[in-house]
Amino acid sequence: MSAHSQAIARASGSRRAKDFAFRLGMFLCLGLAIGLLGLLLVDVARDGAGRLTWDFVTSFTSIDTDQAGIQAALWGTIWLMGVCAVFIVPVGVATAIYLEEYADDTKWWNRLIEVNIQNLAAVPSIVYGILGLAFLVRGPLSLGPVILAGGLTLGLLVLPVVIISAREAIRAVPPSIREGSMALGATQWQTIRRQVLPAAIPGIATGVILSLARAIGETAPLIVIGAATVVAFNPTSVNDAFTAMPIQIFDWITRPSNDTNNYAPLAAAGILLLMILLLLMNSVAIWLRNRYEQKW
Amino acid sequence: MIKGLLMLAALISILTTTGIVLSLIEETIVFLGDVGIGDFLFGTEWSPLFEPPSFGVLPLVTGTLLISLVAMLVATPLGLGAAIYLAEYARPGVRKTIKPILELLAGVPTIVFGYFALTFFTPEILRSLFSLDVAIFNGLVGGIIIGFLIIPTVASISEDSMSAVPQSLREGAFGLGAAKLQVTMRVVFPAALSGIVASLVLAMSRAVGETMVVVIASGLVPQWGANLGDAMETMTAFIATTAKGDIATGSTAYKTIFAVGMTLFVITLIMNLLSIRFVRKYRQVYE
Repeated sequence: MSAHSQAIARASGSRRAKDFAFRLGMFLCLGLAIGLLGLLLVDVARDGAGRLTWDFVTSFTSIDTDQAGIQAALWGTIWLMGVCAVFIVPVGVATAIYLEEYADDTKWWNRLIEVNIQNLAAVPSIVYGILGLAFLVRGPLSLGPVILAGGLTLGLLVLPVVIISAREAIRAVPPSIREGSMALGATQWQTIRRQVLPAAIPGIATGVILSLARAIGETAPLIVIGAATVVAFNPTSVNDAFTAMPIQIFDWITRPSNDTNNYAPLAAAGILLLMILLLLMNSVAIWLRNRYEQKW
Repeated sequence: MIKGLLMLAALISILTTTGIVLSLIEETIVFLGDVGIGDFLFGTEWSPLFEPPSFGVLPLVTGTLLISLVAMLVATPLGLGAAIYLAEYARPGVRKTIKPILELLAGVPTIVFGYFALTFFTPEILRSLFSLDVAIFNGLVGGIIIGFLIIPTVASISEDSMSAVPQSLREGAFGLGAAKLQVTMRVVFPAALSGIVASLVLAMSRAVGETMVVVIASGLVPQWGANLGDAMETMTAFIATTAKGDIATGSTAYKTIFAVGMTLFVITLIMNLLSIRFVRKYRQVYE
């Protein structure tokens, strides 16, 4: 080897060491973030696993922490998600169809709608709580702090996410499908209803489930609209007062524990149940995406 | 006809924004009429429910900004590091598995992070591991945990914008004899800068608007100072705790929620619009 190429080898050796150190540093950043997530899961599981029994799921909350359960909050959450879904699916999909298939984005009002949706996606969730309080619970609609108000508040909160994911699903349907349908004499609406929507449904469903998974853990807006903390009955209609899982968990976290009552395991058990529901929803979303994903 | 119906649905999102602005403005104007805009914006004592009350919002604003600053100090290096690793170094298979795991950080409800911050991070990590002399409720833990929460925001938008940098730029740099590190830091990073800035601004906006972590772990004492080891109150925490009780419509407490909410909304709105603008910029250049 000539002196010249040795010099190059030496130089590239130190460069390689620097490269490696940098790469390791970047990897550690990622590792630290995921490590904290792992630590959190282990901590919650350790605190709550012993308390997460069938009795916990089927009992109402109680002053006696050994007897307390999460039933009312679990049903409250299920009702909330139902109302939320009934609201976000039609409105979200209709908005997405409008923006993707009909809107002329050189018009200022359509651009305004787009920027508005992007901004709404980043408005703090507690601000939606204020909106719900001022317009749904009190003020014009005066529904009171009931399931309907809570579900709609959460619906407005996740609507931007539904719209954005439904638009992506619709955009993924290739133009050739639309052109083929139109060439056979179908109108634009027939094309959308019979060709575009069926092809986009898996993507839309995935987006809806992920939005509900976000709504299910939202606490702040429900606190602001005045969800109850101690409820010993299951809701039977959308006009009933309610509590929800994150509200119940928050209540348990903030109660001071003493010798006879220890609230931390209760809160952790509630969190575990919430995480299990989240995991289920995410699994369904991933399964849907993989099962029905079409390669065009 | 159908187009009209669909457009009606699209208008709901406009109505939402209008609703937010209207509901905030109405009560805020009444509130400012009572208190005076100078006393509200520049007063340094926030004790609206005491006698005599004091309505200076600055302690809440500085509390929010300090905690968000700590969050950004955590999220900027970690989020950008993760993004650089995923965009430039990780093999496609590794990226495909790790990215969803990282996104989980954003998917875990923030109340869970609040629980973790209060029952584990403050006592075990801050006090035991680092022997810091912090109160049970402190601003520091809120900032650090929110920092972790917003890592996916920083990482995923930054990674997108780095992946959008055309391969030809990298190849050109390699062809001139640059090492991988140089290509990453001197070519890809600057080329993706507008997306990176967008991700940081959006992350900051999320940090400012985050509620549950600070309500649970950072305490509820408005602090006109910069002591992160003590309890602090943010704008979001004030709103959440004040609205919790059955407050009467039209009472002072009721109006403060809207005035503080308005302040929060305006601050986050400015950041969101900035971020949307930066994202558009990088999309225009490369896509």
